[in-house]
Amino acid sequence: MMTLPISQPIRRGQVEGPTGSIRSSGWLRVLLTGASLLLYPALAAAEMPTVPASAAPPDDGQWTMPAKNYAATRFSALDEINGANVSNLQVAFAFSTGVDHGQEAAPIVANNTMFIVTPYPNIVFALDLTKPGAPIKWSYRPYPAAASQGVACCDVVNRGATYSDGKVFFNTLDDNTIALDAETGKVIWKTKLGDINTGETITMAPLVVKGKVLVGDSGGELGVRGWLAALDAATGKILWRAYATGPDRDVLIGPGFHSFYPSDNGADLGVTTWPSDAWQTGGGTMWGWIAYDPDLNLIYYGTGNPGPWNQEQRPGDNKWTTTLFARDPDTGAAKWALQYNPHDEHDYDGINEQILVDMNVDGKPRKVLLHPDRNGHLYVVDRENGELVSAEPYGNVNSVLRIDLKTGRPVMNPDKLTRVGVVVRDICPTASGLKDWNPSAFSPLTGLMYIPHENLCMDWKSRSVSYIAGTPFVGAEVVSKPGPGGNRGEFTAWDPVAGKAVWTIKEDLPLWSGAMATAGGLVFYGTMDGWFKAVDAKTGELKWQFKTGSGIIGQPVAYHGPDGHEYVAILSGVGGWAGAVVAGDLDPRDPTGALGMIGVMADLKTKTAAGGTLYVFALPKS
Amino acid sequence: MCSRFRSPERWEAIARLLSIALTAVLVFAANNAGAQQDTAPSAGRGPNEVSVTSLFPNGATPPRPPDAIGKRFEGNKFAIADGEQLFNQMNCTGCHFNGGGGMGPALMSGHWRYGERIEQIYESIAQGRPNGMPSWQFVLGPTQIWDLAAYAKSLSVPAPSSASQTAAPDTSVKP
Repeated sequence: MMTLPISQPIRRGQVEGPTGSIRSSGWLRVLLTGASLLLYPALAAAEMPTVPASAAPPDDGQWTMPAKNYAATRFSALDEINGANVSNLQVAFAFSTGVDHGQEAAPIVANNTMFIVTPYPNIVFALDLTKPGAPIKWSYRPYPAAASQGVACCDVVNRGATYSDGKVFFNTLDDNTIALDAETGKVIWKTKLGDINTGETITMAPLVVKGKVLVGDSGGELGVRGWLAALDAATGKILWRAYATGPDRDVLIGPGFHSFYPSDNGADLGVTTWPSDAWQTGGGTMWGWIAYDPDLNLIYYGTGNPGPWNQEQRPGDNKWTTTLFARDPDTGAAKWALQYNPHDEHDYDGINEQILVDMNVDGKPRKVLLHPDRNGHLYVVDRENGELVSAEPYGNVNSVLRIDLKTGRPVMNPDKLTRVGVVVRDICPTASGLKDWNPSAFSPLTGLMYIPHENLCMDWKSRSVSYIAGTPFVGAEVVSKPGPGGNRGEFTAWDPVAGKAVWTIKEDLPLWSGAMATAGGLVFYGTMDGWFKAVDAKTGELKWQFKTGSGIIGQPVAYHGPDGHEYVAILSGVGGWAGAVVAGDLDPRDPTGALGMIGVMADLKTKTAAGGTLYVFALPKS
Repeated sequence: MCSRFRSPERWEAIARLLSIALTAVLVFAANNAGAQQDTAPSAGRGPNEVSVTSLFPNGATPPRPPDAIGKRFEGNKFAIADGEQLFNQMNCTGCHFNGGGGMGPALMSGHWRYGERIEQIYESIAQGRPNGMPSWQFVLGPTQIWDLAAYAKSLSVPAPSSASQTAAPDTSVKP
């Protein structure tokens, strides 16, 4: 049903029926509503984007992967909790993870069990949702190497597990991917993919596609060479690994590779767009999100920043850093690429999410993906050929003047380019981007994308840096600062067809949590001082909020509990890059600390403290 | 010993304490021989018998007096300057920045996880520490590590309460 464009008045009338009937049969209503809508395709709004059915099957009430589905919509079709009753939402149960670093993971729900992964030391807890208070069903401690904490650039985070076919897959900070039996917590396999002595860590949440576990590395601030690997979900054997830099054979670029733009085509660009051997320590790590289109049989993901940050040490386009790749998941072979930020000078990684939608562009149906880039532009890209459909700024940007749709490349503001020994002031957005890793949601009911993001600028001075394996390879001194207006965060509802914001909520602190939309007409997100909020999906009006124990940088999810009711879950616990001043007990007097983030987060210690608690909310039982 | 000079009562009776004060100055100078010189100190070894704890069971084995080598480096402007250069060259700044910390802990807070004495800082650099501090003893020589320790210690600017501190008004990058 999520694939159907739905006119709002009809949908709203159905969702906001008598509270009692929703409460008692919320799950049934979802199914019935979906069925009834199938009868009214004529009600489809012509301009509303839809979600490809193959990438977002009908909601089964579980939440088996962080992005909810392959289309990465983070949309729940549950509607028991809605605008009319969300004010009654209350805590159903809570659970301490015992780890007080940044909790970026999405709780995963499958077979009436919830799976959560903590930051280092990456403990996995399975909670039994069928029992009162959801007691621990099992837990697993991988004991990652403690030294891995010293090469994790931006707190020791983990973005979550994923469930598939009776197994729970997750990554450890010290470069292992582990498959656990979802029923017992027993290790099925464990595969080592990297070496912390090269500065390599893993923080991303794996994605399972066609029996393969897709995993990428972190370490773009330590000269790590980025890659994405596919592991056999049954055995853990590495089936392929696609590097982001180096010769075509390493990048898995072959005869079937045809990018839309000329500058993304050519032999061994992963070598020739770098000085001498700089590609070997050039970054392009993959610590973000992967989407999958089963119809086209293509996975989509972006690579991270080039290293070092000092751009003068790496003249050239630095391919394939900050690049969107479309690959065949069976072989890893690249079909096309689109480099977002050739020769990046501002740490604008390309690892943010891709949301798959189909929509009309100039009257023609197009299969596209939506990507809010760190460089502040909302990329609408054709999923089949990599053509850039549009790229509009979704907040305050001055470093990029515009994205040239003819070349696919940004037109840079010469006044905001970075140089050695020169302090370039007021570059917007800052190094963490107009938006960092924390993923957006898309509601097929409103046709809107909900983007939790930042409003920060920075001063930047490059300096020369030597590569020493296992140490930071940055070469820049940065101080971040609030953007125009002083509000450091924004929550923006974006119309991808019109290419403009519909409404924006200003937040004092940067938004570092993900978003989730529901069929109840709500959108959920959290703030770094600990408020968990539900707002009206159409207007942005605040409908409910709850103050959790620590700042929120996690990913909200919704699921259908064994008792037939809807639950909403979020991990609370500040940290990550933006929250490092609290999670790492850093000194707020050094504005250059934490890669310049302390400059704009010095007050966070006065607003929240470290924590690590799961909160699960539901309507009161009557 | 320096506190004697700062005490107002002592200042009032400074004449009567002249001999004591002179003795104190001589002892102070002896303990800071390197700091008083206008040359960069060097060393052929690290410190002896460094503990990273302040617990000594059964009331025995109190910590020995500070290592004399460390005193030559601590507060010495040449050692600190050399240490700052190394701090950048070895990419220490990528983790600790200008003392506020990031991937690594803050060095300016006045709180030292593994001890605040310069020989304790020396061993943290040389040996590394379990939660992510790399071991530099196979990369750098003793003089370089002492220089780094002197620089790290010089960054310490304790605040009354770091939780209530915010960044200085001018938070821009130093030109």
